[in-house]
Amino acid sequence: MNELFVNVDWSDIWQATQDTLLMLGGSLLFTLILGLPLGVLLFLTGPRQLLDQPAAYRVIALIVNVLRSIPFVILLIVLIPFTTWLVGTSLGVLGAIPPLVIGAAPFFARLVETALREVDRGIIEATQAMGASTRQIVFGALLPEARPGILAGATITAITLVSYTAMSGLIGGGGLGDLAIRYGYQRFQTDVMVVTVLVLIVLVQLLQMIGDKLVRHFSRR
Amino acid sequence: MIEFIDVHKSFKVDGRDIPALNGIDLKIEAGQIFGIIGHSGAGKSTLVRHINLLEKPTRGRILIGGEDITARDAAGLREMRRGIGMIFQHFNLLSSKTVAENIAFPLRLAGTPTAKIHQRVNELIARVGLEEHARKYPAQLSGGQKQRVGIARALATGPRILLCDEATSALDPQTTQSVLQLLAEINREFNLTIVVITHEMDVIRRIGDRVAVLDAGRVVETGPVADVFLHPQHQTTQRFVREAENVDEQEEHAAFEHVPGRIIRLTFRGESTYQPVLGQVARETGVDFSILSGRIDRIKDTPYGQLTLSLTDGQPDAALQRFAAAGLTVEVLRA
Ligand SMILES: Nc1ncnc2c1ncn2[C@@H]1O[C@H](COP(=O)(O)OP(=O)(O)OP(=O)(O)O)[C@@H](O)[C@H]1O
Ligand SMILES: [Mg+2]
Repeated sequence: MNELFVNVDWSDIWQATQDTLLMLGGSLLFTLILGLPLGVLLFLTGPRQLLDQPAAYRVIALIVNVLRSIPFVILLIVLIPFTTWLVGTSLGVLGAIPPLVIGAAPFFARLVETALREVDRGIIEATQAMGASTRQIVFGALLPEARPGILAGATITAITLVSYTAMSGLIGGGGLGDLAIRYGYQRFQTDVMVVTVLVLIVLVQLLQMIGDKLVRHFSRR
Repeated sequence: MIEFIDVHKSFKVDGRDIPALNGIDLKIEAGQIFGIIGHSGAGKSTLVRHINLLEKPTRGRILIGGEDITARDAAGLREMRRGIGMIFQHFNLLSSKTVAENIAFPLRLAGTPTAKIHQRVNELIARVGLEEHARKYPAQLSGGQKQRVGIARALATGPRILLCDEATSALDPQTTQSVLQLLAEINREFNLTIVVITHEMDVIRRIGDRVAVLDAGRVVETGPVADVFLHPQHQTTQRFVREAENVDEQEEHAAFEHVPGRIIRLTFRGESTYQPVLGQVARETGVDFSILSGRIDRIKDTPYGQLTLSLTDGQPDAALQRFAAAGLTVEVLRA
């Protein structure tokens, strides 16, 4: 084993894995917190939906689309001043989280919107007929009914975040991506690259498994 | 109790106004089962959705208990809706909630205390006969069971009015029968006003007290179910009745050509259905009759019979008078 991976320092790998998990956990948490209400707002203000606010919808949709069309690498660099202002550094695990959230939240918001649109209109109507307010419709009917779809969206988002964390290694974000670039790419230590990629594959598999389990658990159809 | 006064509704589609209701005047008395029948696109759903203002009229007024409900603000509207239950063709149950949770849902929305919800839900589950299914999810139920959940849910907040939009259209005949029976029972038990939308005359014949026939956004005929069913005036109504009775008019008329004598249709209603009128009249007036077609059935709780006869010999005019005197309705189809 050690002969095959001569350049691999296992404590470095372990440290980088921990960093990646921290970045992933932190950014996923804030992505969900920001993206969920944004997705609900997109859905509600959309054409022929409960609030039907064409102007508001167009503004929110535009912001979401702009953020989604900027390549993440560019977003990372552009956001350096903002990140420094917000968390005091643009480096390391902490510095990676703001750009990760801003890159992933609009993506997740769209997935939430799509999941909400999948909810049968008849259910919204029945809830309305019971005298529910818009708030009650959202929390009592829409979100519970769309829960499997939203969880599937969260899974996709988490996996997207894994590849984003790898990219944030480019600007010194730390974690497995950082390791892969600094040792594997810049110093031609292919074995380090292989190990980091393997760890990333395991991570993605795990996320998908957990996500699928959750979706199945909450699907009652 | 529910009154429509010159209600118009049009939908904006691609900037153009598409009319759906064209001046509806309608009165629905408290405690009745009121049927609204019409073909697809006639405006039935649109009409019934005006009673809980899921649709707002373009013009006209809707009164419930004498109050113009279109004047209510958002909060007042929500409160009003708690007093009006609704059930749907595709049930519209929350798939993420169990049977018990679905029935509890409107109570939770209304802020009912948990202990009270629990008690009320158990009551309702027992009333609709779903005791064994309380913890199941809708996906695990049959159509009939789902509609029972829908009915229990609609009754949870103790409404005065129940709206049914094609509530049995997705069910097989036997299940339809049991759901209709349940509706008739709760109508009596709670003196509930029920508005039933359907495209099947049979649904209205079984449970309706009054009926309105809707055609292209207009009420073309309205009255007690027995009157409308036995003596339909408007062509749309006649078509519905014929559908319900499986009668092909052309076939029937073709068959008449080979029959001698006068052809009449007798309608018996209520007690007279079981009186030996035919034999008596035949003996007294010397007419001979043969039965060309006929049926004996019930309209809600009233038995009725309708016979098409040919009369030959004797004194047919006297026979017609005797039939009328016995309380039957006589229509001469061929003199
Ligand atoms: N939200 C809407 N937007 C535009 N047009 C509508 C809308 N709802 C109904 N309509 C139109 O209004 C007319 C009446 O529709 P409605 O759904 O009331 O008919 P219905 O009698 O219930 O028919 P069905 O038996 O098929 O349910 C139809 O022409 C329909 O296309
Ligand atoms: Mg309809």
